[in-house]
Amino acid sequence: MKEQENNANNSRRSFLKKGIALGAFSATALAIASFQKDDVDETGEKVKLLSPEGEIVEIDKAYVKPAQDLHLPLDSKKIREGIPNRKFVMVIDLARCKNALNCVSACNKHHHITGKNAWLKVYKMQESKDTAPYWMPSTCQHCDQPACVTVCPVDATFKRRDGLVLVDNERCIGCRFCMAACPYSARVFNWEEPDQGEITMNMDMNMTQHASTPEHAGLPSVKGTVDKCDFCPHAIEKGELPHCVSACPNGVFYFGDKYEDTVTNGDETLRLGKLLEDKAGYRLMEGLNTQPSVFYLPPKERSDDFKDGLDKYKKFQSVEKPEQS
Amino acid sequence: MKIQEKLLNDLAPRKFDKLGVIWTSALILLIIAGVIAYIDQIIKGQVVTNMRDYALWGIYISNFVFFVATSFVGSVIVAILRLTHNEWRTPLVRVAEIITLASIVMAGITITLDMARPDRLLNLFIYARIQSPITWDVIIIPTTIAISFLLLYFPLLPDLAILKDHFKDKKPRLSRWYGRFSLNWRGTTVQKAIQTKSIKIIAIMIVPIGLMLQTIDAWLFSTTYRIGWDSTNMGAYFIAGAVVAGVAALIVVLFVVRKTKKLENYITELHFDKLGKLLALACLIYLYFNMNEYLIPSYTPSTGEEIHLKTLFTGSYSFLFWLVTIGGLILPVLFLLFKKGRKPLPMFFIGLVVVICSWWKRYIIITPTLLHPFLPIQGVPESWHHYFPSLHEWLITIATLAMALLIITILVRYLPVVPIQRTADEQEKLNNEKH
Repeated sequence: MKEQENNANNSRRSFLKKGIALGAFSATALAIASFQKDDVDETGEKVKLLSPEGEIVEIDKAYVKPAQDLHLPLDSKKIREGIPNRKFVMVIDLARCKNALNCVSACNKHHHITGKNAWLKVYKMQESKDTAPYWMPSTCQHCDQPACVTVCPVDATFKRRDGLVLVDNERCIGCRFCMAACPYSARVFNWEEPDQGEITMNMDMNMTQHASTPEHAGLPSVKGTVDKCDFCPHAIEKGELPHCVSACPNGVFYFGDKYEDTVTNGDETLRLGKLLEDKAGYRLMEGLNTQPSVFYLPPKERSDDFKDGLDKYKKFQSVEKPEQS
Repeated sequence: MKIQEKLLNDLAPRKFDKLGVIWTSALILLIIAGVIAYIDQIIKGQVVTNMRDYALWGIYISNFVFFVATSFVGSVIVAILRLTHNEWRTPLVRVAEIITLASIVMAGITITLDMARPDRLLNLFIYARIQSPITWDVIIIPTTIAISFLLLYFPLLPDLAILKDHFKDKKPRLSRWYGRFSLNWRGTTVQKAIQTKSIKIIAIMIVPIGLMLQTIDAWLFSTTYRIGWDSTNMGAYFIAGAVVAGVAALIVVLFVVRKTKKLENYITELHFDKLGKLLALACLIYLYFNMNEYLIPSYTPSTGEEIHLKTLFTGSYSFLFWLVTIGGLILPVLFLLFKKGRKPLPMFFIGLVVVICSWWKRYIIITPTLLHPFLPIQGVPESWHHYFPSLHEWLITIATLAMALLIITILVRYLPVVPIQRTADEQEKLNNEKH
């Protein structure tokens, strides 16, 4: 069962890899496709692609080849700059969220979260007793006007040009001012030495650099410093989607690039602007003027009952204890 | 010259009596316990505190705010009373300066106890970013320490020279130390001119610096979105609160010093009467800002504000809230309105209650706000929904308070708490006017 799920995830991920690659470089892909037209046997199976002009075009699957390497080489000094000409955004469709919590476990697993407070949590929301309850996944909002960055005394948390707000755990002094400043309670603290025995041991054995990087938060976490959702730049770099996006069985999370006006949840690739317009997208606490990079689609016309998610809801736990083996 | 001899007899530092020795040893023991707890905190991490991701600041921060507040007494007594020509301040200034120096030094130490990575302290200078209120603190606290030290030190020079002579035969080693610190003071006109001018400049400087210190402290909170902190009232509110805490601390220390050093002829009932009026005024002003902070927002509260105010007025923090408001502000004003309430002994108890309430007041400002974030607290252990300091936090915090008291005790032990030279000058002037 689990294997099947993994396989499904993998195939979706590899599809995604292509999807994003094609989304980003569709012009190139199209050029290649037309160039090679004569040498390929058509399969008859059509694939939809988004052209740079925003038109959906159909093309035979045989012509579609994933861009070989989307690896965007990043000078280590440019970690604070970010990937040029990108602006990453996320859309969370509350109408689809059933509190399946696959996002949370995937995030916990890939970031080696060993504390008691997950970076990504699914909140059980109900603004007042007269309004409807709904499930709300909440990540770091990667604000364009981040309150956390403003108050940091040492520039340990910083805003990149590609929209990401990251933390340099080698510089953080552990004053927790950023946590006080964040209205979304997105930040968590390493109150003690993180018990990530496995990964630190592996790092020792591989003789790799032990220093943590803001580009892969949690690997390893550093005692006395702040951690939070990093929008998975380590995955983006490989042309993959953030772990929560690919793990979600209900397609709740869309991830993409605002400049390309494109977001994808792995199954479908959509225009960001149109999606937000059609489904009345909004951002959390817009009134605070933090300008988040995460958009929400209201929980209307939900396919499932809110109550179905209650089975999995744990008020006092967001990180499962590691299985004893 | 006769006057000075009598003054020296009364005011020159004396050895600790038995009680003094017990007191000082007790303070040292408390400090040792705190140091051990702190070392343990360094080793294990701040997991030994009861702070967690929601209650992310605790009594380290509220204790820091308390120290910053009491340090304001120097600005009030020395500078403001000086600028308003209140001559009765003379026997009080030195104690006020001592409290200021002890408080601001401890404030600087206390804030670093809250840092989870004190090993990266230098990052505050290497990577300093000027828009962060913490950087403002990094600038203002050392500045205040320097100015407070000079404000205590410069007026001391003549007294140190007097003490050097006084102890010449009796205690040559002590005499030599006084001599070194007196910077060769001979009381020449040139020296006096330089000293007078320097004191004047520092006494004026301490006013804006004190105001800035209190305000920056308030801005640490009001630069966030948090309900209960995000208030334009915050700067003035903290200044008013600092006058209350500082004057109350002065009254308490003054009473103890007067009693143990038998200074009833120098620190008189008149001084307590005046200080009582000053404290009453301070409490009234602080009450005014409290109304702005709590009562008026309760007319148009947002959902979050309503929850916050309810917790304070009738909820889980209501006992503490009303204790610090009624016990720490309203009752003191009522007692101080009566002449009998401004006698030394009642004033001592009033001062003590106000100081303790001032400490808890900072706790009330910091903790409840953090436990009411915008998004609900979910997915964390039940214990993270509340906050009460752990044993480590208490031990460390008590040690900082003990260290402040130890600094005060040592300075009071070795320095003349009432300025000798200045008192002599003033008495001489008084005698000349009589004749």
